[in-house]
Amino acid sequence: MEPIIKIVAKAIPLMNNNIDTDQLLPKQFLTEISRVGFGKHLLHDQRYLDDKEQVSNPSCVLNDTAYDGAEILLSGENFGCGSSREHAPWAIADFGFKVVIAKGFADIFYGNCLNNQILPVSLPGNIVDEIAKACSDNPSQKVEVNLDTQTVSCGSIEATFSIEVHHKQNLMNGVDKIGRTLQALEAINAYESRIEL
Amino acid sequence: MTKTLYDKLWDSHFVTDIDGEGLLYIDQHLIHEVTSPQAFDGLNQKNRRVRRPDLTLATMDHSISTQSTSLDACGPKNALQLKTLIENCRQHGVVLYPVGDSNQGIVHVMGPEQGLIQPGMTVVCGDSHTATHGALGTLAFGIGTSDVEHVLATQTIRQTKAKNMRVLFEGELPKGIYAKDLILALIGKIGHDGATGHVIEYAGSAMSAISMEGRMTICNMSIEAGAKAGIVAPDAVTFEYLKGRKSVPSGQQFTDKVAQWKQLYTDDNATFDKEVILDVSDLAPQVTWGTNPGQVINVVDPIPALSSFANENQKQAAEKALAYMDVKEGTTLDSLPISHVFVGSCTNSRIEDLRAAATIAKQGKVAKGVKAIVVPGSVKVKEQAESEGLDEIFRAAGFEWRLPGCSMCLGMNDDVLGMGDRCASTSNRNFEGRQGRGSRTHLVSPAMAAGAALAGHFVDIRQF
Repeated sequence: MEPIIKIVAKAIPLMNNNIDTDQLLPKQFLTEISRVGFGKHLLHDQRYLDDKEQVSNPSCVLNDTAYDGAEILLSGENFGCGSSREHAPWAIADFGFKVVIAKGFADIFYGNCLNNQILPVSLPGNIVDEIAKACSDNPSQKVEVNLDTQTVSCGSIEATFSIEVHHKQNLMNGVDKIGRTLQALEAINAYESRIEL
Repeated sequence: MTKTLYDKLWDSHFVTDIDGEGLLYIDQHLIHEVTSPQAFDGLNQKNRRVRRPDLTLATMDHSISTQSTSLDACGPKNALQLKTLIENCRQHGVVLYPVGDSNQGIVHVMGPEQGLIQPGMTVVCGDSHTATHGALGTLAFGIGTSDVEHVLATQTIRQTKAKNMRVLFEGELPKGIYAKDLILALIGKIGHDGATGHVIEYAGSAMSAISMEGRMTICNMSIEAGAKAGIVAPDAVTFEYLKGRKSVPSGQQFTDKVAQWKQLYTDDNATFDKEVILDVSDLAPQVTWGTNPGQVINVVDPIPALSSFANENQKQAAEKALAYMDVKEGTTLDSLPISHVFVGSCTNSRIEDLRAAATIAKQGKVAKGVKAIVVPGSVKVKEQAESEGLDEIFRAAGFEWRLPGCSMCLGMNDDVLGMGDRCASTSNRNFEGRQGRGSRTHLVSPAMAAGAALAGHFVDIRQF
């Protein structure tokens, strides 16, 4: 997987709280059996006026061409709550986002982002609101997210964020987690012998 | 050192530390058709095998019809997904309960009823409602597909330890109040993300008195408060539930197991990072009015005024929810007409739920203009209900009696609501569009759903 170290890109403000994974990727797209192609369905109900995705909703910020090329998504509290469907982060990544900055994340979604090389950045509400305002006033505004230094900057706004060291290392090195766990095979074997499973 | 039950379950499954992250052993991995195909594909691409097919069990639930046992009943995409599960299970030697099998059912109904889920275990599934199984004294939580693949390949999962939270339900449960009302009231109190980052242990005098199935309803919706998992320490109710089930040992072996299970409790004086006490003795039936499960009220109370919300964020969320739900602040829900009723889902489709709904259903007929369906959680639940004549009661009252599956909880089959439909639903999520684009979901207990079906609008079930 492609390592994440520093992203400098436009950011799309999607500032509601509690954006759940049902909204991010509705159920009718969950029948797919591959991981690819979900980006066009991201936020389907808000992005399209019709079910066949032929009529764009001009009031949805994801359809605003001023944000073309954006790699950062900004949102509110409890982002990604609800269903464990990894189809939601697959859609976010496929749309082109590499970072989600939010006021808070639901746990399963946070883990799913990490497993898909998406960097989830949790920042205080007032800072996210300031960044969102800057990006809303000027869609060309670039936001810099540096995982190495754990900093976010946007014009004069600067903030630091926390992330578990192992998560940071995995993202910065693009680690195959299963491959890494399988290096601990002896410990798994020993556990199984110990409890006679 | 004193430990919580979660601490004990964590410690007993801790395999090793990988780069500073815990590696936990998984005792039971449940899979279904929606979140597993990409995981098997990932395994196959790397020539990896399922490490412990004997600890893995599959069922079909999300994408299936509730009106036909044909895999093709809901169109080619659903059929391909179901057939992919069959092929993956065949290739990797995983037991599958397909549609038509006498053990098939919603993954969180089927697992416990088989006796597969026993105290002290770790249980995962690619489904956020896996917390259901915590009712049996297990550490059970939902995972994404990448982690499903990780568990298939290694029988372990990488985890950062969550914080400990305790919820005490105290007092005597009044008549007409069910487990669903307790968990909705809790989420209303602490909020939709009130338990994020925590594992909740449920305890208290009211909790001890609740049946195993009721405990499953409560643990099931832990995720709707953002919790990683919900746990109830095993007690006499748990042991009685497990006794005689298919995968549970009998005789002396059962006695020995019970002795082990009795060690699964939170030590006196163990500390919790958060504690919430909820007195249930004055609780009224709960109905959600908004678009997340925390936006909930007593059926007799008005929808809160926008001016009453503590902060701007909550106020904005409420404003948006009122508009989507087409309801007004300050009004009560009891005269609001509904178009649909759904009794089912991993939250409320077990035999006690159907009995509670049937008790109400036999007192009248489904109101004109209301479509009401009852979807049992598993084939076993369906058979039990039929042996008690519940299906006849429902049919006679005008409810449709369906085949087991997740059905209208998320509408991955053809049980979908239309734009503007308003549903009294026993499921777990009232999110925008959850049951169909533009549809409006109100979460309630099975008895409240049945009452709404007869009246054509919400009613206070205590009046029945």
